[in-house]
Amino acid sequence: MPLGGLILLTSCAYLGVLFAIAYWGDKRADAGRSIIANPYIYALSMAVYATSWTFYGSVGRAAVSGVGFLPIYLGPTLMAALFWLVLRKMIRISKANRITSIADFIAARYGKSALLGGLVTLIAVVGVIPYIALQLKAVSSSFLIFWQYPAIQMPSQSEAMGPLQDTALYVALLLALFTIVFGTRHLDATERHEGMVAAIAFESLVKLLAFLAVGIFVTFVLYDGFADIFDRAAQLPDIGQLLTLGGPAGTYSSWAALIFLSMLSILFLPRQFQISVVENVNENHLAKAIWLFPLYLLAINIFVLPITFAGLMHFSAGTVDADTFVLTLPMVHRQEALALLVFVGGLSAATGMVIVETIALSTMICNDLAMPLLLRWKALGLAQRRDLSRLLLGIRRGAILLLMLLGYMYYRAAGEAYALVSIGLVSFAAVAQFAPAMLGGMYWKQGSRAGALWGLSLGFLLWAYTLLLPAFAKSGWLPLSFIEQGPFAITWLKPTALFGLDGVDELGHSLFWSLLVNLGAYVGVSLFGRQSSREHAQALLFVDVFKSAGRGASLWRGSASMTEVIALVGRFLGPDRAAAAFANYASRRGQRSSADLVHFAEQQLAGAIGAASARVMLASVVQEEPLGMEEVLGILDETSQVIAYSRRLEQQSQELETATRELRAANERLRELDRLKDDFISTVTHELRTPLTSIRAFSEILNDNPDLEQAQRAQFIAIIVKESERLTRMINQVLDLAKLEAGRVEWHASEIDLAEVIDDALATTSQLMQERGVDIQLDLPPRVPPVIADRDRLLQVLLNLITNAIKFCDRESGRIGIAVQVLPEALQVDVRDNGRGIDAADQDTIFEKFRQAGDNLTEKPQGTGLGLPISRQIVEHFGGRLWVHSESGRSGTGKGATFSFTLPLGQSDVAVPGPGHETEDKT
Amino acid sequence: MANRTLWAQRLVALFLLGCLLFSYPLLALFDSRGEVFGIPLLFAYLFAAWALLIVLMIWVVEGSRR
Repeated sequence: MPLGGLILLTSCAYLGVLFAIAYWGDKRADAGRSIIANPYIYALSMAVYATSWTFYGSVGRAAVSGVGFLPIYLGPTLMAALFWLVLRKMIRISKANRITSIADFIAARYGKSALLGGLVTLIAVVGVIPYIALQLKAVSSSFLIFWQYPAIQMPSQSEAMGPLQDTALYVALLLALFTIVFGTRHLDATERHEGMVAAIAFESLVKLLAFLAVGIFVTFVLYDGFADIFDRAAQLPDIGQLLTLGGPAGTYSSWAALIFLSMLSILFLPRQFQISVVENVNENHLAKAIWLFPLYLLAINIFVLPITFAGLMHFSAGTVDADTFVLTLPMVHRQEALALLVFVGGLSAATGMVIVETIALSTMICNDLAMPLLLRWKALGLAQRRDLSRLLLGIRRGAILLLMLLGYMYYRAAGEAYALVSIGLVSFAAVAQFAPAMLGGMYWKQGSRAGALWGLSLGFLLWAYTLLLPAFAKSGWLPLSFIEQGPFAITWLKPTALFGLDGVDELGHSLFWSLLVNLGAYVGVSLFGRQSSREHAQALLFVDVFKSAGRGASLWRGSASMTEVIALVGRFLGPDRAAAAFANYASRRGQRSSADLVHFAEQQLAGAIGAASARVMLASVVQEEPLGMEEVLGILDETSQVIAYSRRLEQQSQELETATRELRAANERLRELDRLKDDFISTVTHELRTPLTSIRAFSEILNDNPDLEQAQRAQFIAIIVKESERLTRMINQVLDLAKLEAGRVEWHASEIDLAEVIDDALATTSQLMQERGVDIQLDLPPRVPPVIADRDRLLQVLLNLITNAIKFCDRESGRIGIAVQVLPEALQVDVRDNGRGIDAADQDTIFEKFRQAGDNLTEKPQGTGLGLPISRQIVEHFGGRLWVHSESGRSGTGKGATFSFTLPLGQSDVAVPGPGHETEDKT
Repeated sequence: MANRTLWAQRLVALFLLGCLLFSYPLLALFDSRGEVFGIPLLFAYLFAAWALLIVLMIWVVEGSRR
């Protein structure tokens, strides 16, 4: 044993260097000049993923399954692409909620449930202990092999060793010591260990260099590069199966299952969570890690196959365990220095994993298993103890030691029975059970505590049944018949072919059933159950972490005395530290309400003892009031107010719509009126021009021909006078109409006798009638009831109708009839002529402005075309109607036309008793 | 930051590409006993695809920082 002393010395020196680095890192951190605050250290520390399982185990696995060792590294590479999406959210959530472990994460997400936290811790511990055992085994067996140098001899199992001679025990104790010193030096609310991270990053560097060194030595010193090795390896038996899929390398489905599994484990292994989430200094470091971490994995794997083939070619089958090729190849070629480097590399791979894993697990055990139990155990009176920070540290140290010893015991009991790689995969499958609750919790608000509890427990049970129990059976702890025939010989309960599912490899089989049941229970129970308000609040905090501006809504209601809260936090963090934290908080935020303060205290405590315990502890000081009737009513009131507001809004929007519709209609009407006005103006000017033209023409004739005959001159002048009169009349009428339409006419309404007005009208027109030789026939009732109207205006209407009748009645034997009828509620006046009548088509248009019956082009216009429109306006003003009735279909049939209008009888007027009685009679 | 969401999308695209490269139909194309420069085909393919993914990641992450 010439090398023995050197090996021990080197190991101790290496651990010493680690101590030094960690110590330096912590000192720098205390001084505020962190050495790990850079993305390269972060990415390197992430490489704690590559354990001795990678360092020694990859070659071992490659010797059996060729490229089948790769999916475990391809999965993390793929997941690295999603780091920015998934891991960054995890980091953000954890920072915002002071989360320090996976158990804490899940417990906090589902309403700070202590039960859930405990369950997660249990799963993590049970799942990861074998993995720790694996590291111990790797260290001790590499040590034992190296110890034999220069002989190449596998440590035999038959050589029974007492625990005291077992190197693995000393390794375990030494590592426990290291972890305790740097993992639990003091209690920090953020639970970060800068020195430890620095040491881990250094270890990652060492193991990579060691592995690359062996790889280069084997590939380029022993052989002439890759092509040479592969060329020579072609003579190996079964080489074809190692270099293609479908054989022992695995089918495509098991390949995919491994990739999927390793994708989940890079997120959910406790040590990965510790390093990439809890120890993360700045989430922007993630960006570099996205490519640096996969690059690291690529580098550490590139020489695996060459080393495997070299080992297989060097050692005859069965003499040397393929798991040890990395170490035995340099040994057999007498490369002491290289072998020593490899040994140190393997040591660093194993220690790195063990240190981080035990720290992560001890945090979980302390915060989510031990503290909730102890705090609830009233007999201990823990809730009243002054200073609990020492107790917390004590629990953690105890947990680390316990974990290490558990790992050692597992190694002693089963470690020899099962190959390295399979143990690792069992652990991977265990932590994969966290995926539904974690990812669901981050992206799905509906996910509930009950769902997570059911999912996790069922998934864990199935994992244990389909993967852990068979492993136990293979280790000889259970009868093999348990696997081969199923429990009690029930075939469909066979752990490796549950419900008859056959033809899938063990891992894929277990993964399928456990994740199916896990996810199904999680989603199903969440969908059909109800969340409590606290769960819902936490769900919002987690899922919307990028939306809410850091600080979540404090759910604390009630009163707390400031001193009590500070004293409580002080008991866990130490009084000085607590006082400093609160002073800092007060100076930063100013005076806040007590709810905010309690929230801050809860965050501080959560960092130290976990979210669930923090809540329990705070509840002992804060008198949280139950929701009172008044508050419930207040909430209801608020809700009903909101509903009322929304109703009102709806109503207003409807009103707005109506108004818009009305406005639109009004707008259209205005446009129409505008158009009419334009029409009117152009028509008026046109009509005015006609008489003007003739006046001007005749005036010019008179002017140019002074020697015109007297008779002709007189005739012309008569025409001029007549046309001027027409013009004047027309202008008057236009003005009249404009006034009427603008509503600017002054009405002098009074009680009038219609018969009198008719007499006046006839008297005025008698001259014209005589000229034309028109007969008039008057038909008045014996007593005409009075009407309310403007006398002059009514006279205007009658004159217009009578002159029209005179103009249009028969030329030879003109006859006009005027009749007055007393209708029940109105007087009707008919003015009848015996002219040629009015075409049905013209009967409406004659009431429009400037429209006259007959052909305007061939016949000289006989009026202004404004009389009827004006008359209609007047009649309508008094509430009556004016219309025409003519039998004539064609012109010239001589049936004549009857213009009629009605005027309502003066109602309810004191001066008119008659109609009043009539109305009364009718009712 | 707007370019960060673009980042995330590019990275997701890379993830999907990786899934494609490392799974059944494409993998089967290279699952034979051929050799490239004396290196077995499947081995060469897996590491080349792996390296390609990493290069693309570097390009996405570092390239858009400028």
